[in-house]
Amino acid sequence: MIPYVMCFLLFLVGLYGLITQRNLIKIAISMSIMEFSTFLFFALIGYIKGGVAPIVNPAEPDKTYVDPLPQAIVLTAIVIGLATTAMLMAVIIRLYRKYKTFDIREINNLRG
Amino acid sequence: MNPLIPFFVVVPLAGAFLIMILGKFYKPFPGFFASFVLLFLAIISLYSLITTGSDLSVYKVGGWEPVNVIPIGIYMVLDGLSATLVCIISIIGFLSAFYSISYIKRYTGERYFYALFCLMIAGMNGVVLSGDIFNIFVFLEISVISSYALVAFGVEKNELEATFKYQVLGGLASFFILFAIGFIYWGTKTLNLADIKEVFKAGYDNAFYLFVQILLLCGFGLKAAIIPFHAWLPDAHSSAPSPISSMLSGVLIKAVGIYVIIRLFFNMFVISEEMAILITVLGALSMVFGVFLAIGQWDLKRLLAYHSISQMGYVVLSVGIGMMLVAQNRNPGVAALAIVGGIYHLINHAVFKSLLFLSAGAIEYRLGTRDLKMMGGLSRSMPVTSVASFIASMSISGIPPFNGFFSKLIIIIAAIQAKFYLLALLAVIVSIITLASFLKFQKYAFFGKAENRQGNTVKEVPFPMVFSMVVLSILCLVLSLLAFPGIREIMLNPIAGILTEVGKYSSNVLNF
Repeated sequence: MIPYVMCFLLFLVGLYGLITQRNLIKIAISMSIMEFSTFLFFALIGYIKGGVAPIVNPAEPDKTYVDPLPQAIVLTAIVIGLATTAMLMAVIIRLYRKYKTFDIREINNLRG
Repeated sequence: MNPLIPFFVVVPLAGAFLIMILGKFYKPFPGFFASFVLLFLAIISLYSLITTGSDLSVYKVGGWEPVNVIPIGIYMVLDGLSATLVCIISIIGFLSAFYSISYIKRYTGERYFYALFCLMIAGMNGVVLSGDIFNIFVFLEISVISSYALVAFGVEKNELEATFKYQVLGGLASFFILFAIGFIYWGTKTLNLADIKEVFKAGYDNAFYLFVQILLLCGFGLKAAIIPFHAWLPDAHSSAPSPISSMLSGVLIKAVGIYVIIRLFFNMFVISEEMAILITVLGALSMVFGVFLAIGQWDLKRLLAYHSISQMGYVVLSVGIGMMLVAQNRNPGVAALAIVGGIYHLINHAVFKSLLFLSAGAIEYRLGTRDLKMMGGLSRSMPVTSVASFIASMSISGIPPFNGFFSKLIIIIAAIQAKFYLLALLAVIVSIITLASFLKFQKYAFFGKAENRQGNTVKEVPFPMVFSMVVLSILCLVLSLLAFPGIREIMLNPIAGILTEVGKYSSNVLNF
């Protein structure tokens, strides 16, 4: 149970950062933290107590293996997360060049 | 068995690749090639729509056959609903890409634009055709990441700010969806929509079930910009280049938002009354607040973007009413009527909202402004744009010969027959306010005095832009035929059948 609670706490840390931080880079970091808590959650749901890596050996038929599907999902999701983070960082760099600041309160052209 | 299913994803992906490589050597290649690719997709999607009817075909990626009726590979499912959505995506995509040939000349890096455009189409087609919840997530990310880049294509202050907001909220939505997928996999040990339905039918833990549903509704509600989650939409849709606004507003929020909500809540979850009430209330809220937020806008594209929220409210409301009736197991005829109304309005909205954004783009192309107060007297100098946007405005506000009237009429009739008189009244009032707001647009942009205008010598826009607008205007008229008896039974009722006949989808997919 404790790993699940820690994973949820990590998600809350990310959410807290996303809500309270005013710096664009810190917002991006908070989003990454939230992302990784989701990945951890996937790794946890695939784990079976006493399981080993799922490389099936026909010589030992009654061995316990961990569920490989969440691992495949996490690998895909990490790649997607990398793409989103890279895209976000590129936009932040461009924003900095236009506005000369990282403060989100000063970037408010659009409203209403 | 339809052998064309994988082409909907593979062709635009290959197109994006070729555009990047070959566009380097020959400048005008990307625009025409992208239009060609999308025209091809439009033709095969029309063919699939006609041949599908009420049956369903499944493509198993990699040829992984099910073991003991439990699917192990990724399924791609083409039925009436997804065929309709693919058709909308390809046709609007083709017209927007063709329109871009002249419009996009003001930007640098044309081939990046078309490559991203093709990637966005591939992602949306994948979402619509996928029968596997994680695969939906992957394709959704492909399409929204390319849309983040396309919104920022102008790289000016406003575009960057809009895309930053869009990305942060879109990222949040992705985490919600991913979390929900994790929970679903934890609870059911499968990712296939049909198989999940079978597991849920056998029984479920109520608290877990509600939690997952709420997570998914938040996630896809953020993508679809239903009202409490709408903050990113007006910025993103008004800052993007116009053909992209028309893709985002006309297609993307439907394909990755509304469509997935409909598919998941009808075909994956066992329909529950609480969720149906929640969805109906959210729909009514977006319908009402969207139009009130729109009425004070002076920025043309921002006004249109707020109307997108309001019109999507109609779709969600009507589907929610259908869902509620299915859950209570009363009046299957009215439930089917409500769902038909919702889907029909979704199709119509794709057509007239894209047309509105394209004509807004045409005005911006000639005048260089989006402020309604800076326009005036355009009806004489830009006759085609004027007529096209007039047709679209009448269509969105529900004036008889155009398609918007018929879908709104069906929705209102369904609401009255289901005894939701308040919702029917709200739908009528919102429609009237919409009319007022579009009369304002017509008056300031096309009639009124020309003196306020910036440029005095304004010509009609080039041929590709005119062509797209004319085709969409004709579609606005032609689609009203779908409402008539005889055609409605063939085109729209199979879709309602897929959604109302609970359990048919999953048994069909599993036994395919």
